[in-house]
Amino acid sequence: MLVSIYRHNPETDTKPVMQDIEVDIPAGKDLMVLDVLALAKEKDSTIAYRRSCREGVCGSDGMNINGSNGLACITPISEAVKPGGKLVLRPLPGLPVIRDLVVDMAIFYKQYEKIKPYLINNDPAPAIERLQSPQQREKLDGLYECILCACCSTNCPSFWWNPDKFIGPAGLLQAYRFLADSRDTATTERLAGLGDPFSVFRCRGIMNCVAVCPKGLNPTRAIGHIRNMLIPQCR
Amino acid sequence: MVGSDTNFSRSGSWDWIMQRISAVVLAAYTFCILGSFIIYPDMDYQQWYALFESRTMRVFSLISLGALCAHGWIGMWTVSTDYMTSLQFGKVATPVRWLFQAGCILLICVYLIWGIQILWGL
Ligand code: SF4
Ligand code: SF4
Ligand code: FES
Repeated sequence: MLVSIYRHNPETDTKPVMQDIEVDIPAGKDLMVLDVLALAKEKDSTIAYRRSCREGVCGSDGMNINGSNGLACITPISEAVKPGGKLVLRPLPGLPVIRDLVVDMAIFYKQYEKIKPYLINNDPAPAIERLQSPQQREKLDGLYECILCACCSTNCPSFWWNPDKFIGPAGLLQAYRFLADSRDTATTERLAGLGDPFSVFRCRGIMNCVAVCPKGLNPTRAIGHIRNMLIPQCR
Repeated sequence: MVGSDTNFSRSGSWDWIMQRISAVVLAAYTFCILGSFIIYPDMDYQQWYALFESRTMRVFSLISLGALCAHGWIGMWTVSTDYMTSLQFGKVATPVRWLFQAGCILLICVYLIWGIQILWGL
């Protein structure tokens, strides 16, 4: 199988290039894209990419696979490429490239940090734990599962245009995760930090984020919930 | 990247609500105008004039004109802060954006004043 890989070292190269490598796929096997990358790396050990868990849990191998963002480790080549086609691997779009498929995620984490991704509750802690009813806990389903792979935010045009001001789908999903948590008491402060024209309202609801989330999460819906919480506040 | 916000409300919620309300007003006005063409298929200048003689129609037109201006401004401001940033224009992004926004404001003011003049026959 022909694999085309984005190669770039900003320290020495002026322009990125696509490098074609022929990789032998064991007959009758449907490998994951990450396995194919490993085979390509056997041929050229200078290819750089991130990976860790190789089972869709750590979120480190988000990349652009044949035009669509996804985790290389859980994307089978049969799903990514048409039979006989070429596998094209590029870094996540919109973030600065450090080397080949490795991008600088600093601005992505900065947006995540902005939404204060931790429980805020200054009430005296109970003896054992802060309890939640099953119904209250249920509200966090579809929110807490995010692995911060950045596939969604780097697939979002609004995040491309204003990565410093628009929180992006990943950050906003987590913002709602804490807004929806019955144990969190900082709802008003959280909302106050989101009401400007950029943080939340740059979302145009085109659901590019939903289309690529490898965990099947729905940031657009969470953003809608945040908006519904923000609107009554403006008077 | 966009350095400074030049929109008037400085509240995303407010812009969002305004954009929706003005859209509804504009849709209603469009239906109203189209409807009058259907009711009077061969409308002549006199009938058209009479239509705008009524105070209701004038006020409705004025409100719609205001809605158009608000809708246009929020839309153009958003477009300019998406597509006229340092990503696309480098160092001159901010002057370019301000120039564009100033042009939009000027145009909107002209439309508003012109519209009022037409409607109230000044
Ligand atoms: S919402 Fe999905 S795509 Fe976005 S960072 Fe979380 S897991 Fe990744
Ligand atoms: S729905 Fe919103 S957050 Fe998701 S990709 Fe579209 S603009 Fe971005
Ligand atoms: S290697 Fe951990 S998610 Fe792919």
